[in-house]
Amino acid sequence: MKRSLPLAMLLALCLAPNARAANEADYKAAFAAAEAASKEATGLRNQWTVTVQALTAAKKAADGGDFDRATAAAKEAEALAKASIFQANTEKEAWKAMEIR
Amino acid sequence: MKTRTSLLLGSLSAALVAFALTSPRVVAADKVDPVADAKAFQNFFFQKFPDVKHEDFVNGPYSMNADLKRQWQEKEEFPPYEFALDAGKEMFSTPFKNGKTYADCFPNGGIGIRQNYPYFDEKDGKVVTLELALNRCREANGEPPYSYVKDEMASLTAYMAFTSRGKPMDIKIPDDPRALEAFENGKRYFYTRRGQLNFSCASCHVQSPGERIRAEILAPALGILNAMPIYRSEWSGMGTTSRRFVTCNSQTRAVPLEPQSDEYRDVEYYLSYVANGLPISGPGARP
Repeated sequence: MKRSLPLAMLLALCLAPNARAANEADYKAAFAAAEAASKEATGLRNQWTVTVQALTAAKKAADGGDFDRATAAAKEAEALAKASIFQANTEKEAWKAMEIR
Repeated sequence: MKTRTSLLLGSLSAALVAFALTSPRVVAADKVDPVADAKAFQNFFFQKFPDVKHEDFVNGPYSMNADLKRQWQEKEEFPPYEFALDAGKEMFSTPFKNGKTYADCFPNGGIGIRQNYPYFDEKDGKVVTLELALNRCREANGEPPYSYVKDEMASLTAYMAFTSRGKPMDIKIPDDPRALEAFENGKRYFYTRRGQLNFSCASCHVQSPGERIRAEILAPALGILNAMPIYRSEWSGMGTTSRRFVTCNSQTRAVPLEPQSDEYRDVEYYLSYVANGLPISGPGARP
Protein backbone atom coordinates (compact mmCIF):
# COMPACT_ATOMS: atom_id res chain seq x y z
CA MET A 1 0.00 0.00 0.00
CA LYS A 2 2.81 2.38 1.01
CA ARG A 3 4.63 1.62 -2.22
CA SER A 4 1.65 1.64 -4.52
CA LEU A 5 0.53 5.18 -3.61
CA PRO A 6 3.67 6.93 -4.91
CA LEU A 7 3.58 4.67 -7.94
CA ALA A 8 0.00 5.68 -8.67
CA MET A 9 0.91 9.34 -8.23
CA LEU A 10 3.82 8.93 -10.62
CA LEU A 11 1.55 7.27 -13.16
CA ALA A 12 -0.99 10.09 -12.81
CA LEU A 13 1.75 12.65 -13.38
CA CYS A 14 2.89 10.80 -16.50
CA LEU A 15 -0.62 10.87 -17.90
CA ALA A 16 -1.29 14.45 -16.86
CA PRO A 17 -0.06 16.09 -20.10
CA ASN A 18 -2.81 14.23 -22.00
CA ALA A 19 -5.49 15.83 -19.87
CA ARG A 20 -4.11 19.36 -19.98
CA ALA A 21 -6.18 22.30 -21.16
CA ALA A 22 -6.14 22.92 -24.91
CA ASN A 23 -4.08 25.82 -26.16
CA GLU A 24 -4.24 27.97 -29.27
CA ALA A 25 -2.02 25.60 -31.25
CA ASP A 26 -4.34 22.67 -30.47
CA TYR A 27 -7.31 24.71 -31.60
CA LYS A 28 -5.60 25.82 -34.80
CA ALA A 29 -4.69 22.24 -35.71
CA ALA A 30 -8.21 20.98 -34.96
CA PHE A 31 -9.80 23.86 -36.85
CA ALA A 32 -7.58 23.35 -39.91
CA ALA A 33 -8.51 19.66 -40.03
CA ALA A 34 -12.22 20.51 -39.65
CA GLU A 35 -12.05 23.19 -42.30
CA ALA A 36 -10.37 20.85 -44.78
CA ALA A 37 -13.04 18.16 -44.26
CA SER A 38 -15.78 20.77 -44.48
CA LYS A 39 -14.41 22.07 -47.79
CA GLU A 40 -14.39 18.54 -49.14
CA ALA A 41 -18.06 18.14 -48.15
CA THR A 42 -18.94 21.41 -49.88
CA GLY A 43 -17.11 20.20 -52.97
CA LEU A 44 -19.31 17.10 -52.93
CA ARG A 45 -22.40 19.39 -52.70
CA ASN A 46 -23.24 17.72 -49.41
CA GLN A 47 -22.51 20.17 -46.63
CA TRP A 48 -24.47 19.80 -43.39
CA THR A 49 -25.85 22.78 -41.47
CA VAL A 50 -24.58 21.33 -38.19
CA THR A 51 -21.00 21.26 -39.51
CA VAL A 52 -21.21 24.95 -40.34
CA GLN A 53 -22.70 25.67 -36.91
CA ALA A 54 -19.93 23.73 -35.13
CA LEU A 55 -17.25 25.60 -37.10
CA THR A 56 -18.84 28.93 -36.20
CA ALA A 57 -19.04 27.89 -32.53
CA ALA A 58 -15.36 26.92 -32.61
CA LYS A 59 -14.35 30.30 -34.01
CA LYS A 60 -16.48 32.15 -31.51
CA ALA A 61 -15.04 30.24 -28.55
CA ALA A 62 -11.48 30.81 -29.83
CA ASP A 63 -12.14 34.54 -30.22
CA GLY A 64 -13.19 34.55 -26.58
CA GLY A 65 -10.00 32.73 -25.57
CA ASP A 66 -11.78 29.49 -24.59
CA PHE A 67 -9.54 27.05 -26.44
CA ASP A 68 -10.94 24.00 -24.65
CA ARG A 69 -14.38 24.65 -26.01
CA ALA A 70 -13.02 25.85 -29.37
CA THR A 71 -10.98 22.69 -29.87
CA ALA A 72 -13.89 20.46 -28.88
CA ALA A 73 -16.22 22.26 -31.32
CA ALA A 74 -13.65 22.05 -34.12
CA LYS A 75 -13.24 18.31 -33.52
CA GLU A 76 -17.02 17.92 -33.60
CA ALA A 77 -17.14 19.85 -36.89
CA GLU A 78 -14.50 17.57 -38.36
CA ALA A 79 -16.42 14.44 -37.31
CA LEU A 80 -19.64 15.84 -38.81
CA ALA A 81 -17.92 16.82 -42.04
CA LYS A 82 -16.40 13.36 -42.35
CA ALA A 83 -19.84 11.81 -41.82
CA SER A 84 -21.28 13.96 -44.60
CA ILE A 85 -18.43 12.92 -46.92
CA PHE A 86 -19.12 9.28 -46.10
CA GLN A 87 -22.81 9.86 -46.81
CA ALA A 88 -22.11 11.51 -50.17
CA ASN A 89 -19.82 8.70 -51.24
CA THR A 90 -22.08 5.83 -50.17
CA GLU A 91 -25.15 7.49 -51.70
CA LYS A 92 -23.49 7.50 -55.12
CA GLU A 93 -24.81 3.94 -55.43
CA ALA A 94 -27.08 3.49 -52.41
CA TRP A 95 -29.81 5.82 -53.76
CA LYS A 96 -30.80 3.18 -56.27
CA ALA A 97 -32.13 0.95 -53.48
CA MET A 98 -34.94 3.44 -52.83
CA GLU A 99 -35.95 3.94 -56.45
CA ILE A 100 -39.49 3.05 -57.56
CA ARG A 101 -39.14 0.56 -60.40
CA MET B 1 -1.25 -28.81 -80.17
CA LYS B 2 -4.58 -29.38 -81.89
CA THR B 3 -6.23 -30.26 -78.60
CA ARG B 4 -4.86 -27.13 -76.98
CA THR B 5 -6.11 -24.91 -79.84
CA SER B 6 -9.57 -26.45 -79.81
CA LEU B 7 -9.72 -26.08 -76.01
CA LEU B 8 -8.74 -22.43 -76.33
CA LEU B 9 -11.28 -21.78 -79.08
CA GLY B 10 -13.94 -23.62 -77.10
CA SER B 11 -13.37 -21.52 -73.98
CA LEU B 12 -13.32 -18.34 -76.04
CA SER B 13 -16.63 -19.11 -77.69
CA ALA B 14 -18.15 -20.10 -74.31
CA ALA B 15 -17.00 -16.77 -72.89
CA LEU B 16 -18.48 -14.92 -75.87
CA VAL B 17 -21.80 -16.70 -75.49
CA ALA B 18 -21.85 -15.91 -71.77
CA PHE B 19 -21.07 -12.24 -72.51
CA ALA B 20 -23.73 -12.04 -75.20
CA LEU B 21 -26.30 -13.51 -72.82
CA THR B 22 -25.55 -11.26 -69.88
CA SER B 23 -24.71 -7.92 -71.53
CA PRO B 24 -28.22 -6.99 -72.78
CA ARG B 25 -29.47 -7.19 -69.20
CA VAL B 26 -26.72 -4.86 -67.99
CA VAL B 27 -27.46 -2.37 -70.73
CA ALA B 28 -31.21 -2.54 -70.03
CA ALA B 29 -30.69 -1.90 -66.33
CA ASP B 30 -28.54 1.16 -66.99
CA LYS B 31 -30.68 2.59 -69.78
CA VAL B 32 -32.50 5.81 -68.96
CA ASP B 33 -36.17 5.22 -69.71
CA PRO B 34 -38.32 8.18 -68.57
CA VAL B 35 -41.54 6.65 -69.93
CA ALA B 36 -41.08 3.47 -67.90
CA ASP B 37 -39.99 5.48 -64.86
CA ALA B 38 -43.08 7.70 -65.00
CA LYS B 39 -45.36 4.70 -65.40
CA ALA B 40 -43.78 2.91 -62.43
CA PHE B 41 -43.86 6.10 -60.35
CA GLN B 42 -47.55 6.76 -60.98
CA ASN B 43 -48.52 3.11 -60.50
CA PHE B 44 -46.75 3.04 -57.16
CA PHE B 45 -48.97 5.83 -55.83
CA PHE B 46 -52.14 4.62 -57.52
CA GLN B 47 -51.67 1.20 -55.94
CA LYS B 48 -50.61 2.53 -52.56
CA PHE B 49 -53.66 4.80 -52.36
CA PRO B 50 -56.37 3.05 -54.41
CA ASP B 51 -59.13 5.27 -52.97
CA VAL B 52 -57.51 8.53 -54.04
CA LYS B 53 -58.70 9.81 -57.41
CA HIS B 54 -55.73 10.17 -59.72
CA GLU B 55 -56.26 13.88 -60.31
CA ASP B 56 -56.50 14.45 -56.55
CA PHE B 57 -52.82 13.65 -55.89
CA VAL B 58 -51.94 17.20 -56.94
CA ASN B 59 -53.68 18.43 -53.80
CA GLY B 60 -50.88 17.05 -51.65
CA PRO B 61 -51.74 16.35 -48.01
CA TYR B 62 -55.44 17.05 -48.64
CA SER B 63 -55.63 13.97 -50.83
CA MET B 64 -54.40 11.91 -47.89
CA ASN B 65 -56.68 13.11 -45.10
CA ALA B 66 -60.43 13.76 -45.27
CA ASP B 67 -60.58 16.19 -42.32
CA LEU B 68 -57.75 18.27 -43.66
CA LYS B 69 -59.39 18.26 -47.08
CA ARG B 70 -62.67 19.65 -45.71
CA GLN B 71 -60.82 22.45 -43.91
CA TRP B 72 -58.92 23.27 -47.09
CA GLN B 73 -62.08 23.31 -49.22
CA GLU B 74 -63.60 25.87 -46.85
CA LYS B 75 -60.41 27.91 -46.94
CA GLU B 76 -60.48 27.90 -50.75
CA GLU B 77 -63.55 30.18 -50.64
CA PHE B 78 -61.17 32.97 -49.59
CA PRO B 79 -57.82 31.49 -50.56
CA PRO B 80 -54.72 32.88 -48.84
CA TYR B 81 -52.87 33.14 -52.18
CA GLU B 82 -55.44 35.55 -53.61
CA PHE B 83 -53.34 38.67 -52.89
CA ALA B 84 -50.35 37.15 -54.65
CA LEU B 85 -52.55 36.17 -57.58
CA ASP B 86 -53.85 39.72 -58.00
CA ALA B 87 -50.35 41.17 -57.62
CA GLY B 88 -49.01 38.68 -60.16
CA LYS B 89 -51.67 39.54 -62.69
CA GLU B 90 -50.89 43.22 -62.40
CA MET B 91 -47.14 42.67 -62.59
CA PHE B 92 -47.56 40.44 -65.60
CA SER B 93 -49.37 43.09 -67.59
CA THR B 94 -47.29 46.08 -66.44
CA PRO B 95 -44.75 46.98 -69.15
CA PHE B 96 -41.01 47.05 -68.44
CA LYS B 97 -39.18 50.37 -68.86
CA ASN B 98 -38.61 49.48 -72.52
CA GLY B 99 -42.35 49.06 -73.10
CA LYS B 100 -42.31 45.29 -73.49
CA THR B 101 -44.03 42.87 -71.11
CA TYR B 102 -43.60 39.30 -69.90
CA ALA B 103 -46.04 38.24 -72.59
CA ASP B 104 -43.38 39.08 -75.20
CA CYS B 105 -41.01 36.46 -73.75
CA PHE B 106 -43.34 33.45 -73.73
CA PRO B 107 -45.31 31.38 -76.20
CA ASN B 108 -49.01 32.23 -76.26
CA GLY B 109 -48.26 35.45 -74.42
CA GLY B 110 -47.45 33.43 -71.28
CA ILE B 111 -51.09 32.41 -70.77
CA GLY B 112 -51.93 28.75 -70.13
CA ILE B 113 -48.37 27.49 -70.55
CA ARG B 114 -47.34 26.56 -67.00
CA GLN B 115 -47.85 22.84 -67.73
CA ASN B 116 -44.96 22.91 -70.22
CA TYR B 117 -42.37 24.00 -67.63
CA PRO B 118 -39.66 23.05 -67.00
CA TYR B 119 -38.45 22.26 -70.48
CA PHE B 120 -35.09 21.14 -71.82
CA ASP B 121 -33.31 23.86 -73.78
CA GLU B 122 -31.35 22.06 -76.49
CA LYS B 123 -29.31 25.18 -77.26
CA ASP B 124 -28.13 25.57 -73.68
CA GLY B 125 -28.12 21.86 -72.95
CA LYS B 126 -29.89 22.57 -69.66
CA VAL B 127 -33.28 22.53 -68.00
CA VAL B 128 -35.18 25.82 -67.96
CA THR B 129 -37.76 26.30 -65.24
CA LEU B 130 -40.55 28.86 -65.28
CA GLU B 131 -38.83 30.87 -62.55
CA LEU B 132 -35.60 30.91 -64.53
CA ALA B 133 -37.42 31.88 -67.74
CA LEU B 134 -39.12 34.78 -65.93
CA ASN B 135 -35.83 36.17 -64.64
CA ARG B 136 -34.21 35.69 -68.05
CA CYS B 137 -37.10 37.66 -69.52
CA ARG B 138 -36.54 40.46 -67.01
CA GLU B 139 -32.81 40.59 -67.66
CA ALA B 140 -33.29 40.52 -71.44
CA ASN B 141 -35.48 43.60 -71.02
CA GLY B 142 -33.02 45.48 -68.83
CA GLU B 143 -34.72 44.70 -65.51
CA PRO B 144 -32.97 43.27 -62.41
CA PRO B 145 -33.81 39.64 -61.59
CA TYR B 146 -36.16 38.81 -58.73
CA SER B 147 -35.38 36.59 -55.76
CA TYR B 148 -36.20 33.03 -56.75
CA VAL B 149 -37.81 32.06 -53.48
CA LYS B 150 -40.78 34.33 -52.74
CA ASP B 151 -42.56 37.67 -53.14
CA GLU B 152 -42.61 38.89 -56.75
CA MET B 153 -41.47 35.58 -58.24
CA ALA B 154 -44.15 33.72 -56.30
CA SER B 155 -46.79 36.22 -57.43
CA LEU B 156 -45.83 35.98 -61.10
CA THR B 157 -45.71 32.19 -61.11
CA ALA B 158 -49.00 32.10 -59.14
CA TYR B 159 -50.71 34.06 -61.89
CA MET B 160 -49.18 31.95 -64.66
CA ALA B 161 -50.13 28.72 -62.87
CA PHE B 162 -53.67 30.00 -62.41
CA THR B 163 -54.05 30.49 -66.16
CA SER B 164 -53.12 26.81 -66.59
CA ARG B 165 -55.34 25.35 -63.89
CA GLY B 166 -56.78 22.01 -64.91
CA LYS B 167 -54.41 21.55 -67.84
CA PRO B 168 -52.46 18.29 -67.65
CA MET B 169 -48.74 18.53 -66.94
CA ASP B 170 -47.01 18.04 -70.26
CA ILE B 171 -43.25 17.87 -69.90
CA LYS B 172 -41.22 16.75 -72.91
CA ILE B 173 -37.89 14.98 -72.91
CA PRO B 174 -36.30 15.50 -76.32
CA ASP B 175 -34.22 12.82 -77.98
CA ASP B 176 -31.02 14.34 -76.64
CA PRO B 177 -28.60 12.47 -74.35
CA ARG B 178 -28.17 15.66 -72.30
CA ALA B 179 -31.91 15.78 -71.60
CA LEU B 180 -31.88 12.14 -70.51
CA GLU B 181 -28.89 12.89 -68.31
CA ALA B 182 -30.75 15.83 -66.72
CA PHE B 183 -33.73 13.54 -66.04
CA GLU B 184 -31.47 10.88 -64.53
CA ASN B 185 -29.62 13.46 -62.42
CA GLY B 186 -32.95 14.75 -61.15
CA LYS B 187 -34.00 11.23 -60.25
CA ARG B 188 -30.73 10.61 -58.43
CA TYR B 189 -31.12 13.87 -56.49
CA PHE B 190 -34.66 12.90 -55.50
CA TYR B 191 -33.61 9.55 -54.05
CA THR B 192 -30.26 10.57 -52.53
CA ARG B 193 -30.12 10.84 -48.76
CA ARG B 194 -28.60 14.02 -47.40
CA GLY B 195 -28.25 16.10 -44.27
CA GLN B 196 -27.52 14.96 -40.75
CA LEU B 197 -30.99 13.39 -40.59
CA ASN B 198 -30.05 11.19 -43.56
CA PHE B 199 -33.30 11.87 -45.42
CA SER B 200 -33.92 11.89 -49.14
CA CYS B 201 -36.91 13.60 -50.76
CA ALA B 202 -38.29 10.08 -51.16
CA SER B 203 -37.97 9.29 -47.43
CA CYS B 204 -40.90 11.61 -46.78
CA HIS B 205 -42.76 11.82 -50.06
CA VAL B 206 -42.51 8.21 -51.31
CA GLN B 207 -42.11 6.14 -48.17
CA SER B 208 -44.37 8.13 -45.87
CA PRO B 209 -47.07 10.19 -47.65
CA GLY B 210 -50.15 10.48 -45.48
CA GLU B 211 -48.08 9.93 -42.34
CA ARG B 212 -47.48 12.71 -39.87
CA ILE B 213 -44.12 14.35 -39.36
CA ARG B 214 -44.65 16.35 -36.20
CA ALA B 215 -47.93 18.21 -36.84
CA GLU B 216 -47.82 17.98 -40.63
CA ILE B 217 -49.23 15.39 -42.97
CA LEU B 218 -46.73 14.48 -45.65
CA ALA B 219 -47.71 15.01 -49.28
CA PRO B 220 -47.20 12.33 -51.92
CA ALA B 221 -44.39 13.04 -54.38
CA LEU B 222 -46.75 12.42 -57.28
CA GLY B 223 -48.02 15.78 -58.49
CA ILE B 224 -46.26 17.66 -55.71
CA LEU B 225 -45.09 20.42 -58.08
CA ASN B 226 -48.42 20.78 -59.89
CA ALA B 227 -49.63 23.00 -57.03
CA MET B 228 -46.65 25.36 -57.05
CA PRO B 229 -46.27 28.10 -56.02
CA ILE B 230 -47.98 27.76 -52.65
CA TYR B 231 -49.14 29.87 -49.79
CA ARG B 232 -47.80 28.09 -46.76
CA SER B 233 -49.12 28.90 -43.30
CA GLU B 234 -45.78 27.80 -41.86
CA TRP B 235 -44.09 30.52 -43.95
CA SER B 236 -46.89 33.05 -43.43
CA GLY B 237 -46.57 33.78 -47.10
CA MET B 238 -46.02 32.53 -50.61
CA GLY B 239 -43.15 30.36 -51.74
CA THR B 240 -41.89 29.09 -55.06
CA THR B 241 -40.63 25.66 -56.09
CA SER B 242 -37.11 26.93 -55.30
CA ARG B 243 -38.22 27.82 -51.79
CA ARG B 244 -39.71 24.36 -51.34
CA PHE B 245 -36.44 22.63 -52.27
CA VAL B 246 -34.37 24.97 -50.10
CA THR B 247 -36.65 24.43 -47.10
CA CYS B 248 -36.71 20.66 -47.52
CA ASN B 249 -32.93 20.55 -47.59
CA SER B 250 -32.64 22.72 -44.47
CA GLN B 251 -35.13 20.53 -42.61
CA THR B 252 -32.87 17.52 -43.10
CA ARG B 253 -29.97 19.66 -41.81
CA ALA B 254 -28.35 19.85 -45.22
CA VAL B 255 -27.02 23.17 -46.45
CA PRO B 256 -29.38 24.07 -49.31
CA LEU B 257 -27.98 24.61 -52.78
CA GLU B 258 -28.37 27.93 -54.52
CA PRO B 259 -31.86 28.38 -56.03
CA GLN B 260 -31.93 27.34 -59.70
CA SER B 261 -28.73 25.33 -59.33
CA ASP B 262 -28.44 22.52 -61.88
CA GLU B 263 -29.49 19.96 -59.26
CA TYR B 264 -32.70 21.78 -58.35
CA ARG B 265 -33.55 22.36 -62.00
CA ASP B 266 -32.99 18.68 -62.77
CA VAL B 267 -35.07 17.42 -59.85
CA GLU B 268 -37.88 19.77 -60.91
CA TYR B 269 -37.63 18.31 -64.42
CA TYR B 270 -37.81 14.75 -63.06
CA LEU B 271 -40.70 15.38 -60.65
CA SER B 272 -42.69 17.29 -63.25
CA TYR B 273 -42.18 14.66 -65.94
CA VAL B 274 -43.32 11.79 -63.71
CA ALA B 275 -46.48 13.83 -62.97
CA ASN B 276 -47.34 14.15 -66.67
CA GLY B 277 -51.07 13.89 -67.24
CA LEU B 278 -52.03 15.19 -63.81
CA PRO B 279 -53.67 18.62 -63.73
CA ILE B 280 -52.02 21.88 -62.74
CA SER B 281 -53.61 23.00 -59.47
CA GLY B 282 -51.41 25.97 -58.58
CA PRO B 283 -51.33 28.29 -56.87
CA GLY B 284 -51.93 26.11 -53.84
CA ALA B 285 -52.35 26.55 -50.12
CA ARG B 286 -50.65 24.30 -47.60
CA PRO B 287 -50.54 24.14 -43.78
